[in-house]
Amino acid sequence: MSNMLMFNDHAEQVAAAGGSCPILLGPRRYRAAHDGTVTPTEKTELHWVACVTAIAKDEDKASFALLFRHFAPRVKAFLIKSGADESLAEECMQDVMATIWQKAHLYDASRASVATWIFTIARNRKIDLLRRYARPEPEGLPWGPEREPDQADVMALQQETERLAAAIRQLPEKQRILIERAYFGELTHSEIAAETGLPLGTIKSRIRLALERLRHAMN
Amino acid sequence: MNGIKHHISDDLLMGYAAGALPQAFDLVVATHVSLSDDARARLAGFEELGGVVLSDMEEADLAEDSLEQTLARIAGTPVREKRVEPSRGIFPEPLRKIVGGDEDAVKWRSLGTGAKQCVLQTEDGVSARLLYIPAGQAMPEHGHRGMELTLVLKGAYRDETDRFGRGDVEFADEDMDHTPIAEAGEDCICIVATDQRLRFKGLLPRIAQPFIGI
Repeated sequence: MSNMLMFNDHAEQVAAAGGSCPILLGPRRYRAAHDGTVTPTEKTELHWVACVTAIAKDEDKASFALLFRHFAPRVKAFLIKSGADESLAEECMQDVMATIWQKAHLYDASRASVATWIFTIARNRKIDLLRRYARPEPEGLPWGPEREPDQADVMALQQETERLAAAIRQLPEKQRILIERAYFGELTHSEIAAETGLPLGTIKSRIRLALERLRHAMN
Repeated sequence: MNGIKHHISDDLLMGYAAGALPQAFDLVVATHVSLSDDARARLAGFEELGGVVLSDMEEADLAEDSLEQTLARIAGTPVREKRVEPSRGIFPEPLRKIVGGDEDAVKWRSLGTGAKQCVLQTEDGVSARLLYIPAGQAMPEHGHRGMELTLVLKGAYRDETDRFGRGDVEFADEDMDHTPIAEAGEDCICIVATDQRLRFKGLLPRIAQPFIGI
């Protein structure tokens, strides 16, 4: 347990982890306050990408601790909202976070934000545990994440994600709540069709980007 | 891939992204997404919505030693998960996984007219099955009590609405009666998810219905 990380000594270790992926980190600088909280300016999509990359490349525990600190409470809250009780949610959340470590090398930053990737892992685990079946997933693409993603693609995708998140936050509250309820599993698919008004406008350019990427990669 | 003309609807994709579909429909959607760039891109959009929902969650309290426990889990499982290679047969990976192989691994049951089926899973009146229709033959005519989602895996069929080839999906509900006929030249294999048992109109199939479970 000697290498166990405490939350208040991340700064140097993460800076060191960042050294392995300088392109992703770019000019952004890590600043950790004395109590270990990550300041809001650091919580950008590219920051989380750098953390996952550091786990994949260097098994970097400091980066994992940062991801954990940010996402674990949200994953747990998501599971509780989805119907898990406190202890099941804690158990399932730990499992999800451990999966992030194990699958870090499969994460492709040109295809999804880290939050989305974690959401899909949490959703699948939730179905495993609450509905008791292994959720069928689409097969992988013929090219794997082993192929280093193009940095321009990564930037474009992650920026698009930030735009999408901003657009969702600007939706009328009623519609936003319905979207949340849909993702907590409170709506059936016909209720989704009838009630959320399918927020297609917000994801339109995200979809276009994904299509371009797929077509580009096939050529 | 290219050539898909009949795409899956946004409500089914969002339902799949949200984890709100019955198991049998999850299987058909995952299989379709494996074959369609369009569906894959749209699914990515709907999953991104889930990412935003997750990001905007209020934080729950964690167990005191939550991170340590998680690190202990990681230490206990050092093996990294391998990527699943795409399937080279006619069944995409999610279907292949359930069947235990490709077309030749299916345990077909005859429907009496040359057509065959294999029920893959059933839960609460929602089921997924593979259907095999010999070239030129019709599926027994049926109406729908609930919703039905069909994905063509091999060959093609036509019904009153259009032609459906590999990768195409067709969604039908109570209001629709259709008679799919496999195109001449190649036998047709589809995967079909139904949310209630279909009712057949022909005499023979009606007698057979209780036994074959359609």
